Amino acid sequence: MMKDHQPLDPQQKLDIEAILEDLENYHPIRKGWTWRKVLDDGIQMGPFHFHNMSEPLKNSIGLPASKYFDHIDPQPECVVTTEIASGRFEDDLRRMRMAAWHGADHLMVIRTTGQSHIDGLMEGTPEGVGGVPITRKQLRASRKACDLIEEEVGRPINFHSYVSGVAGPEVAVLFAEEGVNGAHQDPQYNVLYRNINMYRSFVDAAEAKFVMTAGEIFQIDGAHNANATAKAGWLVMPELLVQHGINCAYSIASGMPKELIGLSTVPPNAPPAPKLWYDLPYAVALRDIFSDYKMRAQQNTRYIESDIEEAIRTHTIDTLISMLTSADIQSTITPDEGRNVPWHYNNIRGLQTVKQTWSALDGIKELLSLKMDGPLGEMARDIKERAVAFLEEILEVGGYFSAVEQGFFVDSALYPERSGDGIARDGQGGVAANSIVPRDPDYLAPVCAHFGDNHLPEGLDNPCDLIDGCTLCHHEKIIYIDELDPEDSADRRLEQTYPYRKGNLIRPEAEWAGDGTVLLQLMVPESEEYAREAGLEIARRMGLEDPQVINLMVLHPAEGCFLEVKGKVTFDIDRDALKIPPKVELLPEEELREAVKKIGLKVVAGTVGEDEHSVGMREILDIKHGGIEKYGVKYHYLGTSVPISKLIDAAIETGAHAILISTIISHNDIHRLQMKKLAELSQEKGIRDQVILIAGGTQVTPDMAAETGLDATFGRGTKGIDVVDAMVKTLAKRSSSKQRGVL
Amino acid sequence: MMDDRIARFEARRERFKDMPDEALKAHFWDLCGQIVAPIVDLARTHTSPSIERSVLLRMGIDSLTAHGVVDRIQQAGFLGKGAGHVLLRLAEKQGSDVRAAAVAILEDKDVLTGLFEEAK
Repeated sequence: MMKDHQPLDPQQKLDIEAILEDLENYHPIRKGWTWRKVLDDGIQMGPFHFHNMSEPLKNSIGLPASKYFDHIDPQPECVVTTEIASGRFEDDLRRMRMAAWHGADHLMVIRTTGQSHIDGLMEGTPEGVGGVPITRKQLRASRKACDLIEEEVGRPINFHSYVSGVAGPEVAVLFAEEGVNGAHQDPQYNVLYRNINMYRSFVDAAEAKFVMTAGEIFQIDGAHNANATAKAGWLVMPELLVQHGINCAYSIASGMPKELIGLSTVPPNAPPAPKLWYDLPYAVALRDIFSDYKMRAQQNTRYIESDIEEAIRTHTIDTLISMLTSADIQSTITPDEGRNVPWHYNNIRGLQTVKQTWSALDGIKELLSLKMDGPLGEMARDIKERAVAFLEEILEVGGYFSAVEQGFFVDSALYPERSGDGIARDGQGGVAANSIVPRDPDYLAPVCAHFGDNHLPEGLDNPCDLIDGCTLCHHEKIIYIDELDPEDSADRRLEQTYPYRKGNLIRPEAEWAGDGTVLLQLMVPESEEYAREAGLEIARRMGLEDPQVINLMVLHPAEGCFLEVKGKVTFDIDRDALKIPPKVELLPEEELREAVKKIGLKVVAGTVGEDEHSVGMREILDIKHGGIEKYGVKYHYLGTSVPISKLIDAAIETGAHAILISTIISHNDIHRLQMKKLAELSQEKGIRDQVILIAGGTQVTPDMAAETGLDATFGRGTKGIDVVDAMVKTLAKRSSSKQRGVL
Repeated sequence: MMDDRIARFEARRERFKDMPDEALKAHFWDLCGQIVAPIVDLARTHTSPSIERSVLLRMGIDSLTAHGVVDRIQQAGFLGKGAGHVLLRLAEKQGSDVRAAAVAILEDKDVLTGLFEEAK
């Protein structure tokens, strides 16, 4: 399929229309889950040796501080998840690409609200709510995009969604046919949280699990929802073990191998609770009992509020717990989940939380070990004993279905205590009640991967020989349905967003192309009530439509609040009308070195004004930091808080070709005044034509040279070579204009 | 009743007290196995509309047709035979492939009448 395709160009946007072409002939390039490649003795990256990192990516974007460390972007040894589903899958494809560049290799797509109650498959690409409708077309387009993206970043991507609801077996077949790599499947989830009839849910689950096994689809369970649902999420720990145990045992009994079975586990508590005293013993107990299974470590969503930083701090500690114990898959949660449907860049923030924590704590188990002979061991044992007692009581009351009817699950008390708020379900009730039927003695299903009694004629090699092959053996037998409602489709939506993706219009975007969403952050020195209304009014006057306060932090009851207000801009920016500052083409290094040598270039330098900072200037000067010294420039450094006049005197005294000044963060434009003063004083002393004047600093920009009368000005991220280049070019320009003057 | 439950829990705890971790773990898995065994038997011997539709999908029937066909089969009382079985038998009877059999069921529900008696 992917033989004659064009690889992605990192400088070009994903061509969504091209991905949607020819989907009826798309075949998945592989099936099954892919783990990251981890070398036994660690990996050397830049100046460091890492113990818990996997092979790096071909294309990626590292943490902001990576520029200080040779731009390394260490990739954790575990698979890293991000959850994506904005309602429009065609916009999610671009988010998937961004996420992959930031280290995600497990892309989990949430279903649209209500899909679990749809008794059958959905088709086409209708718009979703809180997720996307999972359909054959959506899966093919997404998997096709993943094929391109994984090639671009250089690591396989696991594409994931949900095999649950009343159409579980059909969804499992769809996923196996379309090369979906991972899926949630847990019949308890249907029963407890979706109120699907318990008998139907478990009968369907065995078939779904068997089909997933044939498709080599990695399974994740749904037990962590008990933590997310129970009032006191930190007390349900014994039950979590029970739910994980039941799904694992049921999966094994349905023919699924252990390698394909993962537990979705969440550290159940969050600060200001003393998190470690709950989460660590729980994590230890779980990993003891489930040592044969994979761990998908989720992060806590139960206690996420609208404050993004708070969520990120909790997730950092969740990740610490993964590293102190184990995680085969580390999930990330978008930290804005508590206030809106996640935005593009918050997926990236979630990924960065894991990458940053994993790098920081690399090799932690070689430095620290858990102290099991003390409260940790005792607490872990306590959780296990309660879980085992829970299982015994299930059998005592007549088995799983009786226990569910009696409200055993998602009770918010610590087992065996009961708050009486558990979720009880009636065996004769729920969605699709009374919909299972006994198989007749001559029951027959002529297909592969069918679970349970099947009275096939004797002598068949494969069950599907009766029909000359099933779709799991012959992909071309699949009937592809494109759209059922062309008006509610990706094609229609793409027509509307075309100018923002392929045309020349620009609008900010949080979820969907052209959505215009922006976020204001402001401090309003008022009480909560006034701050909120003032924030909305400010947003309105700034021209934002539909402003909403999505986060408010009281700094002091009377002194003020920090606010975040979202709204929409309704104007477009014309891309062609933007003036992009020209990129400076640097002279080749060798040419610069030669020019410096020929001239014997020397400079005086200093930090001006009342400023004791010297780091920025040292980086421009020192050979150690790749400064101008590296290119042969001799410098005379006068230190910090140097008066301009002293620099000019020094230049005259030493016969320097240039004066370099550094100005750091200043109020009231002090930096600008200092720069102007340098130009004026040089003029007064009559040396302006003999020296090159250069200024730099965090508030300085390249376009300030003209206004301040200097030869060149530099902002953040400037390197020594930029300064040498500017000096050599200025000298060359001067000598050529002099020659012209002579002629 | 509640006190009774707590008392039974305390008795269980007493029993677990001298079990080493490995024994407790083995007991955990043994109990899980006992709990799921009757449910797996239920699954092995029963089917559902979704399972039967998933069979038809694998036979190369599209999702919309599969839905209609399984509804008809259910109404005719043949779900316990297996929807794929029904299609095979009808295809054989009318000398067509299974896709044509599916279309025939959607067009005329009476094609299912007596399908399984005739063969006997």
